[in-house]
Amino acid sequence: MANPIAWQLATVAAIRDETPTVRSFTLALPGWPGHRAGQHVDLRLTAEDGYSVERSYSIASEPERDGEVDISVERIADGEVSPFLHDVVVAGDRLEVRGPIGGYFVWEPSLGGPLLLVAGGSGVVPLMAMVRHRHRAGSHVPTRLLSSSRHEEEIIYRGELDDFAAANDGFEVIHTLTRSRPAGWTGYDRRIDDRMLAEVIEPLGITTRAYICGPTALVEVAANALVRLGLPSDRVRTERFGPTGT
Amino acid sequence: MTDRFVTRGFVGRRSQPGGGDTRDRIPPGQYQTTDFPVLSAGPTPRTPLDRWSFRIEGLVREPVTWTWNELMALPNREWVVDISCVTKWTKLDMRWRGVSLDTLLENVELDDKAAFVIAYSDGGYTTNLPLGDVLNGQAFVAWEYDGKPLAPEHGGPARLVVPARYFWKSAKWVRGLRIQDRDQPGFWESLGYHNRGDQWLEERYSGD
Repeated sequence: MANPIAWQLATVAAIRDETPTVRSFTLALPGWPGHRAGQHVDLRLTAEDGYSVERSYSIASEPERDGEVDISVERIADGEVSPFLHDVVVAGDRLEVRGPIGGYFVWEPSLGGPLLLVAGGSGVVPLMAMVRHRHRAGSHVPTRLLSSSRHEEEIIYRGELDDFAAANDGFEVIHTLTRSRPAGWTGYDRRIDDRMLAEVIEPLGITTRAYICGPTALVEVAANALVRLGLPSDRVRTERFGPTGT
Repeated sequence: MTDRFVTRGFVGRRSQPGGGDTRDRIPPGQYQTTDFPVLSAGPTPRTPLDRWSFRIEGLVREPVTWTWNELMALPNREWVVDISCVTKWTKLDMRWRGVSLDTLLENVELDDKAAFVIAYSDGGYTTNLPLGDVLNGQAFVAWEYDGKPLAPEHGGPARLVVPARYFWKSAKWVRGLRIQDRDQPGFWESLGYHNRGDQWLEERYSGD
């Protein structure tokens, strides 16, 4: 039998606000075995009396970083764990973590491309690990990230994504906003649909590998559309969260 | 346990949705949800019902195949079960309609060496279970959830349901069972998840 994935004590090394509701935590993990872009960690919180809860969070950072990982957590107002992470945890605190977990929703340069990444809200987190990994590994695989946010101020990792795109090494980021259209906005301003995906994938072609992460409704729409556009099902990998809304 | 780590400042919410004391029905590390979250590794496959069939094959004297209408005509019942997903949610009292695997397996003669079931699905998904984990009312093939046809994103037209295991064992879009003499890890079981997946023992990942 394989060894269990052990719980480790991580020290919160840094905390950074990405948007008004998303905060990144750098977790220093001296015994971290390394991960693949797209994998997640489990986090366990334990109260004085032994009551404990666990949650899974995608790793946002690239595997090249040694002995630490970043997670980015959206504050869910009525949640049990994310408000604690946002409101209580400070640098220097310790958190129980284990991982890495998951072996399907992963990308590495050896898998090749072209690469289409489709994100809804904080679904961008595991895709960001892939983008960062691509950059750090020096990969020039043609890659387009289509990121859907409600409002402009809720776009996660915007500055860093713009920097990657400015490197002109085959990475492009395309935004869509679903709830507002600021003055001067030049991106899409609607929910992801067939026509948008057809336009975004056009330069990449149907040999593209697609990774989609976000709320179920977005993932369903995007995955079905990509299959209709001709991508083989086994080149479309999905990760979902949230209720179905039905 | 005096050496248990305590997270500074963490108290927890503890209240359960819907009221009542249901905590003893929530396996370790799980939280209760009233949503029905969706998790799949790829696009949702869609097979028209007139081309749909369900098959039992492998170590049986004669394989058997049911059309959709034939499956619907088998004795079926309502099942109200608690479901736990390895992604940490537990949903209580989920109401399904479907046919017991006992009923399905009555229609084949199992080989003496039959010991494992590989459930396989549209889209290529597989999951493995010992025969002993799916007999005696422990598993069913469901086509209704909450009084309505099972939605495609939840595994419709039909999915396997094995309530005593993490939900990845409840194969969506199931199309058949292959009976084997030896175990064979399925999709998630080959990707680091536990081979058995008993949520009360918190068998999430390989080695747990």
